[in-house]
Amino acid sequence: MFRNQYDTDVTTWSPTGRLFQVEYAMEAVKQGSAAIGLRSRTHVVLACVNKAQSELSSHQKKIFKVDDHIGVAIAGLTADGRVLSRYMRSEAINHSFTYESPLPVGRLVVHLADKAQVCTQRSWKRPYGVGLLVGGLDESGAHLYYNCPSGNYFEYQAFAIGSRSQAAKTYLERRFESFGDSSREDLIKDAILAVRETLQGETLKSSLCTVSVLGVGEPFHFLDQETIQKVIDTFEKVAEDEEGEAGEGEAEAAAAPAEQGGGGAGDQDVAPMEM
Amino acid sequence: MTFTIPIDNGDSLKNAEADSQRTLYPYVTGTSIVAIKYKDGVLMASDMGGSYGSTLRYKNIERMKAIGKHSLLGASGEISDFQEILRYLDELVLNDNMWDDGNSLGPKEVHNYLTRVMYNRRNKFNPLWNTLVLGGVKNGESYLGMVSMIGVSFEDNHVATGFGNHLARPILRDEWHADLSFEDGVKLLEKCMRVLLYRDRSAINKLQIAKITEEGVTVSQPYSLKTFWEFKAFHNPTAGAEGSW
Repeated sequence: MFRNQYDTDVTTWSPTGRLFQVEYAMEAVKQGSAAIGLRSRTHVVLACVNKAQSELSSHQKKIFKVDDHIGVAIAGLTADGRVLSRYMRSEAINHSFTYESPLPVGRLVVHLADKAQVCTQRSWKRPYGVGLLVGGLDESGAHLYYNCPSGNYFEYQAFAIGSRSQAAKTYLERRFESFGDSSREDLIKDAILAVRETLQGETLKSSLCTVSVLGVGEPFHFLDQETIQKVIDTFEKVAEDEEGEAGEGEAEAAAAPAEQGGGGAGDQDVAPMEM
Repeated sequence: MTFTIPIDNGDSLKNAEADSQRTLYPYVTGTSIVAIKYKDGVLMASDMGGSYGSTLRYKNIERMKAIGKHSLLGASGEISDFQEILRYLDELVLNDNMWDDGNSLGPKEVHNYLTRVMYNRRNKFNPLWNTLVLGGVKNGESYLGMVSMIGVSFEDNHVATGFGNHLARPILRDEWHADLSFEDGVKLLEKCMRVLLYRDRSAINKLQIAKITEEGVTVSQPYSLKTFWEFKAFHNPTAGAEGSW
């Protein structure tokens, strides 16, 4: 995307019918660190990569509990994400108070999308620079939605956003058809494996990722480091046994550099995710 | 024909004239509602009278209405306030349906919404002068609750309003049990309504029984109860006090 004369404010259309400021806001989402969501019929797992500014600082919080039955993972401008999470919490608790009943997640995402749309049609505002993966329950079961700065929202079986999310998406694309009937444990494993894809060869440790779960009969909560490490150990260990050389199976997809491509394709066949 | 446009004077805390628009006392009132949970859902009974003080002015008032797919609302107290509440609920149900997303308001949600409305009006010293009974069934679970004009709300297996609290509930406490059949439920309600007919001055002998189950709401046609007045004591009421009437 290059600078042009139609991109100064959000209320200017380009002759080809594009709003460049909105598209630039969506670019901001792609710069943030990865966030992944997947769902079965009864559970939703949200996972993200913990990126810290420097070695000295702690990582930013990217997954928020909105209510016992709704959680959100963000990618992009985390400050915008926090503000929107606060809005979502407010909507959820107001509904709960008036109706003593959990706000259906499908209705929450529509409120959120309408709020984002306002910022694309006022000259004194700017779009929110954050993408949100909203996971939650309603009467028909578990749902996962993606809300983008444009004010659009989509429902997904599984999705990934942020930098290097394409690698995770490719992994998810291969497996998503089985997610609907997945057990809770398999869903968590798939989420962590998808996170691993975005790390591009870096050793996967529990300190590098945050995982949260919610489901029917299970309120939203974060998994502790120990639990995550145990899951990592199950497939890292098998990779060690199977390959006998480097601990982690690379198995990169299209995003992998050319020289690794050949080796990666070979590794893919023995990669633990095939189990 | 002349039309009066309603004047909204705002809230009575900031504007003295608004005070004149507060509800001070009820004018046209309905008497008791009695309701019980039974095997398939909830049964509710009410008579069709609307009293204007001590005059039984209106004899065809339906005090029980279906709300959405899953609920039934019965009201005693000021009839015009009941109609106002029906308008609020109409809007609520309409907006819920417009979502068209497979989610729908159940009886619990409607009950809590009404509790909020009643309590907030009470806090502004402008109550809706009703005691409401909300019954319903959703996903196989029966629900029965009550909200008063001051916002007191609770759930129970059997509820009654007004005189029903004093005359019907003792009967229900003794004779209600879980999983009543439809026939037994109706018999129990009729027993309560008969006592109310004898003893509540504002009751009339024209009642309806409404039933709500998973399938939906049905309100019966109005009918009357058989009453018995041939007690010996009524034949010569002044027997023990000659000269009185």
